[in-house]
Amino acid sequence: MYQPFPPDRSQYPAKKADGTLDIDLTSGKYLKLWQGPNHPGITGNMSVELTVCGDEVVEGKTHVGYLHRGFEKLMERRTFIQCFPIVCRICVPEPDFNEYCYAAAVEELAGIQAPERAHWIRTLILEMGRINSYMMYLGGQAGSLGQGVIGQWTTYVRDLMLDRFEELTGARIYHMFILPGGVRDGLPDGFAGRMEETLREIESILKDVYDVMFCNAVFKARTVGMGVIDPAWLDEYGVTGPNARAAGVAKDMRKDHPYLVYPELAFEPVTGKDSDIYTRADVRRRDVLVSVDLIRQIMAKMPMDGPLMCAVPNVLHWKIPRGETYIRGECSRGEYGYYLVTDGSGYPRRVNVRGPSYTHAMALLERMIVNISISDVAALMVSLHTYPPEIER
Amino acid sequence: MTMRELYDRTKALFPLGELIEQRSGGNNDLVFVTVPAAHLRATILHLRDKEGFSHLVLLTAVDWLEEGQFQLTYLLNNRQQAYDLGLRVMISRDSATMESIHDVWPTAATYQRELREMFGIDFPGSPRIEEEFILEGWNDIPPYRRDFDTLKYAQEKFSERPGRKTHDPETHMRQQLYPDMSPTGK
Amino acid sequence: MKPELMKRMVKGPDGVEFEVEPLRDYFCEVPPTVMPAAYIKIVEDLFNWARAESIWILGFGTGCGAIEMRPLMTPRFDAYRYGVQWRPTPRQANLFIISGYLSTKTLKRAIRAYEQMQNPKYVIGLGSCTINGGMYWDSYNTIKRLDDYLPVDLYIAGCMPRPEALLAGFMDLKKIIRAGKGEGANQYAENFAWYKENQKRVIHDWDMPDYNW
Repeated sequence: MYQPFPPDRSQYPAKKADGTLDIDLTSGKYLKLWQGPNHPGITGNMSVELTVCGDEVVEGKTHVGYLHRGFEKLMERRTFIQCFPIVCRICVPEPDFNEYCYAAAVEELAGIQAPERAHWIRTLILEMGRINSYMMYLGGQAGSLGQGVIGQWTTYVRDLMLDRFEELTGARIYHMFILPGGVRDGLPDGFAGRMEETLREIESILKDVYDVMFCNAVFKARTVGMGVIDPAWLDEYGVTGPNARAAGVAKDMRKDHPYLVYPELAFEPVTGKDSDIYTRADVRRRDVLVSVDLIRQIMAKMPMDGPLMCAVPNVLHWKIPRGETYIRGECSRGEYGYYLVTDGSGYPRRVNVRGPSYTHAMALLERMIVNISISDVAALMVSLHTYPPEIER
Repeated sequence: MTMRELYDRTKALFPLGELIEQRSGGNNDLVFVTVPAAHLRATILHLRDKEGFSHLVLLTAVDWLEEGQFQLTYLLNNRQQAYDLGLRVMISRDSATMESIHDVWPTAATYQRELREMFGIDFPGSPRIEEEFILEGWNDIPPYRRDFDTLKYAQEKFSERPGRKTHDPETHMRQQLYPDMSPTGK
Repeated sequence: MKPELMKRMVKGPDGVEFEVEPLRDYFCEVPPTVMPAAYIKIVEDLFNWARAESIWILGFGTGCGAIEMRPLMTPRFDAYRYGVQWRPTPRQANLFIISGYLSTKTLKRAIRAYEQMQNPKYVIGLGSCTINGGMYWDSYNTIKRLDDYLPVDLYIAGCMPRPEALLAGFMDLKKIIRAGKGEGANQYAENFAWYKENQKRVIHDWDMPDYNW
């Protein structure tokens, strides 16, 4: 940022005639460096194979597969209800989208309709999970640039939100709450009051985070103008979520393809202009405030009585006719989708999970990582907000 | 403009299969159409450049073992009109090969690497298609194929701790709910 | 095997050609040895007390259990008050928490990380998937019992275990170390051939030396 004339690196390193990079590792000019999987500056259990010249990255390759459990195969040999407890394990920091997308896909293919009140509770859970995920991100983004204290604060408010999850669902991380056909339970007594306290705490911490992180001169110097996503790349690389909104495109599945009760809630997608790391962090910070507002609206408008589950066939003999569908939702990282194919038997024929990190961490990161310095790799990776388990499932 | 009109217009240009509307009623925003493999690239380019389907949502495969076919699904999204179109391509299961579309959407290269590794579908010319993506040192048939038995493989390869019990859900539930009943049910 | 790991001739900057065999040249090949206890019992007890009070964890989140580590580092649960802290590199750590299922690809990295840790070292298996496979009992890519591949001192059951369960686990590990029973590293050295045989049975792409410390 303080360089008046940044060097033009677009021709560097040299390319061969066929367009591949001309990197001769034996020349001594280049060095292979693995960032991850055991590395503090990596988002979870994945790795980036960097080729560096000096401290400048000339090529980066993402390696995933360290968390592969073969969910899509395991689900093919489980009945529809047996799939339900394992889907949430696909994405650890925000598991509820798996439950919602799976439940909605099964409901659509089986032709059943979840009751109205279940829709409200599902929306509430998804928004709570979104706040959790953003809080993890804010701590990670500050931590990648050496500001450890932000992580302490955001983990603290995330813990408060986990307490709300615990009293609602009985579990901290894996809730297993959104069943095909509805939700397991209603709100406990006094939940609204404790929720409001938590929301106030989140707002107060976010104000501190803004003062300490977003107004920090070092944070600005290292993130403004750094890691820019060109708006033209959005369609090429399938960029969605806050990464796209920071580039000025109001891509938000809650508005574009409304689901659950979002049509009845008032909100505007948060967008930014500059599309750099700072803007992406700021878009996410303001998105938390939108989620806080949405939770308040949901708590005010939610019907307090009514059925929570619709009539579901006997799950031991539940057969779903042949069909295929795609269900999507806007998770904290972008478009999360489930592609479900059934063949008339009691087992899914094929389940495919479309996690937003799939494109962000692979093709997009490999494009953006070129010509930045090693010390910025961690900040860039975190700013794309990738969770490896949803890449490899 | 409805999906039906779009389908009629595109059908005049390409030999499309039958239109399958997934969601009936007002919220009709997802349809599936079968395309012959030879016309896939032209159809995709037409839809991207002329009809505004600018976003590749996903590319995946379904193994129809009984019919001896792989179904490739290219799901395209038109954000302005807010609807999705799934292009289904049926290819033969043995010597499965498909044309690569990595130059249409660079992100397709990642999906094609996964399909190559997990289903054994080849996409000649796709970048880094030969490299390992998720698995490491895999020496069996591709794991997402239907004829790969994951339980048998796991039992042969990994040692298990003794003492693990597996219940048949039906008999177990019956014993839990109606302990007095005879095992046959009545 | 990757081309950069193959044996090859390299020309140095001074024009001299020499042979490089990365798997032999860059690693020490000496197998691990058993560390005998101190000669006097009271000295060994002092050592064990010191070891129990300074549990330094390798910050390598191998599975989903890593998400419950983060709250432990913050004031609400605050594992630091027990002398527990997180280190970024294996050389500084003496406790390896296998946080959940291990795919075969991660198992390879976990073995390398474990072997690079200094003696004495301990392993905790976190979550039911390290005990018997848990949710992934029929998966083709995850190991089913951890103690076949690494010497495990303690298991914490659950999917996933709460931070309180982890704290209780640390307390139990302290008792094990204080009693002089945390002999995982010696067990690994004694049964080195058995562990290697198990590891090589599941890792097909074995492109590393047998003991890379």
